[in-house]
Amino acid sequence: MPELGRAALLVTFGLVTYALVAGAAGAYLGRRRLALSAQNALIAAFFSTLVASGVLLAALLRHDFSFTYVAHTTSEALPTAYTISAFWGGQEGSLLLWLLVLTGFGSVAVRFNRRWARDLIVWAVPVFAGVAVFFSFLVVAVASPFETQIAPADGAGMTPSLQNPYMLAHPPLLYLGYVGLTVPFAFCLGALLAGRPDERWLVATRRWTLFAWAALGVGQLLGAHWAYVEVGWGGYYAWDPVENAALMPWLAATAFLHSVMIQEKRGMLRVWNVLLVILAFSLSLFGTFLTRSGVVNSIHSFTQSSIGTWFLAFIALTIAVSLAIMFRRLPQLRSPTRLESPLSREAAFLYNNLLLLALCLAIFWGVVYPLVSEALRGEAVVLGRSYYDFFLRVFGLPLLLLMGIGPLVAWRRASLASLVTTFRWPTLVALSTGVVLLALGAGSSIPGVIAYTFSAFVATTIVMEFARGTRARKALGAATWPRAFSSLLGRNRRRYGGYVVHAAIVLLAIGIAGSSAFDSVAEARLARGDSMTVGDYTLRYRSLDEHLTKNATQIRASLAVSRNGRDLGTLEAGKNAYTVEQQVSNEVGIRSDKLTGEDLFVIAEQIDPDGTVYFRAFVKPLVNLIWVAGFVFVLGSLIALWPDAREQRRLVERTREIGLPATR
Amino acid sequence: LTLALVLAAALAVTCVVAVALPFIKEPEPESDSLHELDDDERRRLDLLETRDRSLAALKELEFDHRTGTISDEDYRALLGPLRREAANALRALDREGRPPEERT
Repeated sequence: MPELGRAALLVTFGLVTYALVAGAAGAYLGRRRLALSAQNALIAAFFSTLVASGVLLAALLRHDFSFTYVAHTTSEALPTAYTISAFWGGQEGSLLLWLLVLTGFGSVAVRFNRRWARDLIVWAVPVFAGVAVFFSFLVVAVASPFETQIAPADGAGMTPSLQNPYMLAHPPLLYLGYVGLTVPFAFCLGALLAGRPDERWLVATRRWTLFAWAALGVGQLLGAHWAYVEVGWGGYYAWDPVENAALMPWLAATAFLHSVMIQEKRGMLRVWNVLLVILAFSLSLFGTFLTRSGVVNSIHSFTQSSIGTWFLAFIALTIAVSLAIMFRRLPQLRSPTRLESPLSREAAFLYNNLLLLALCLAIFWGVVYPLVSEALRGEAVVLGRSYYDFFLRVFGLPLLLLMGIGPLVAWRRASLASLVTTFRWPTLVALSTGVVLLALGAGSSIPGVIAYTFSAFVATTIVMEFARGTRARKALGAATWPRAFSSLLGRNRRRYGGYVVHAAIVLLAIGIAGSSAFDSVAEARLARGDSMTVGDYTLRYRSLDEHLTKNATQIRASLAVSRNGRDLGTLEAGKNAYTVEQQVSNEVGIRSDKLTGEDLFVIAEQIDPDGTVYFRAFVKPLVNLIWVAGFVFVLGSLIALWPDAREQRRLVERTREIGLPATR
Repeated sequence: LTLALVLAAALAVTCVVAVALPFIKEPEPESDSLHELDDDERRRLDLLETRDRSLAALKELEFDHRTGTISDEDYRALLGPLRREAANALRALDREGRPPEERT
């Protein structure tokens, strides 16, 4: 039923165009019914997009190859789960998903904040609608998922590297993150347009920003694990442009989540926060542009397409309009307070913001440099790993340290004497860690030792904060220690959820430092019965087997693994040859040591007809802490995201006190 | 094709009704204007924000002092200005609540 899909998208386009025009007119002229009608149009647009999405999903599941999109992205032999993931595997489908999530988030955000931010919603709706007009225009006129053709006997199938369970969650999570950043953007512009840049737009969007940021973070970690187990080059992050595309808005959103606290606590950095929201949203559009335009070489750029120019034009328009609105409201954005001391929590957060932004811009420059160099010199020069690693050390290590310093410094100003007392224990633990590591021979990588030392510093501050806070809650009347702990979390979820997220970043830093600064590599061509060593491990190549599955031929080399003479079982590494797609993928062998977090990682680089195999093997210390960090990150994000009824009551009460109608 | 067109038409009609609903439900409303904040309300909103911010900061300072994160010296230095800020906001709100002739 491609006609229904096309018609539903046309209806969506009409609805969001109406929401944009009627919403703006209603807000400008102060017409209540017109503004409500625009809100209804945005909500209705979600349902019509849902119908279009249902049509595409049904076509995918029925293997209806008369849909060009279905024929290009799937085949009869493709397992059902990956057939569903083809929805976002191609350009047209992923744009439709953008639109679906955008209209869905817009509708929910409008409904949830009606009670105390109605005056902001009136202006936020046309902003949401403006973004939706662009995406609906793309799927209606430029990249329709409902193009039809004479159905071929079978489809072209899916790129083998995408046939991985991680692909079921990694792209949708990134999209939730990208699109989620539209909510703070829409409310921020809404607040500026309404002339009410007070605290409410921050509160209205805080959880949305946290959600989008958490989704981007988890999505990237899943992508890193996908790269680790599926792409088969021996690492998890290659500073690929499309990986960077998700990292940049995440960094900007991280900066925003910190600086927003300064505005809430001290009324400062209002202009800065607006700029960060505009930047985060623009970078999320840029991320989608990079992924989908094929403008840069990337393992993720599955298509070369014509949407690039449209995206660039929309990004330019977004930045120009947003900045124009911000400059118009500059007098209202002036901060009533100033930074009192460079030794204060707000100053620490400001340093954190500057470092995050510097890292973000360094990455941005690395991503666009090939395009700039091609435009200027006619030759695309790609900045390699050393460029990014340099800036990660220069900006990332001080950021890690600041994570421990910021939470322990007083707001407004702190005395040097009290800082010495406060940081006595964390400094002692950190220095001891550094000395012990150097004594154990970890001095081969100085950045690695610094990362561990700073991690120890931050970890100590986190433990101290939880211990002192729980003790204080117990002293304030909590019946038991567990009660005191849960009361501590419940009374300030954002702060203590933030500490848990910091703990996740510490684990991540330790995992990255261990696996990249202290890893071992070995490679060898082995015939059956031959052995090779890597680190403390010995690998003996035993056999080569072949299995036929529904959509691929699996070839696996079996290796006997031992460590210091102790048998550790077998490990399989090999390749999958995909029948329909006519492509071959690496299937790596990984043996994880659950106690130490270390991985033995084996790639069968080349399998010769005579059965000899060229193996590359790595030992990656502490790499599993990166994945553990993902779980801790989710836990911290959930604690911080959990709704705070007291805050909601306070806002409703404030709305009532100034006489704004507080109705649902 | 016919079924698809019927479904598409039904979708379009439903959406149009949803969009027109505010006008259908209230064809001749008493007031169709959005509530706009006047200068007084805007000033009051600023004061309420300042009040809430100061009170929350005082609460956090007390807790951080109790936990030992903030030293006695810093606590003493910060407490006074925060209390003054909160008191000023409360006084101003109280003044705003009175009739204009009593505000001075």
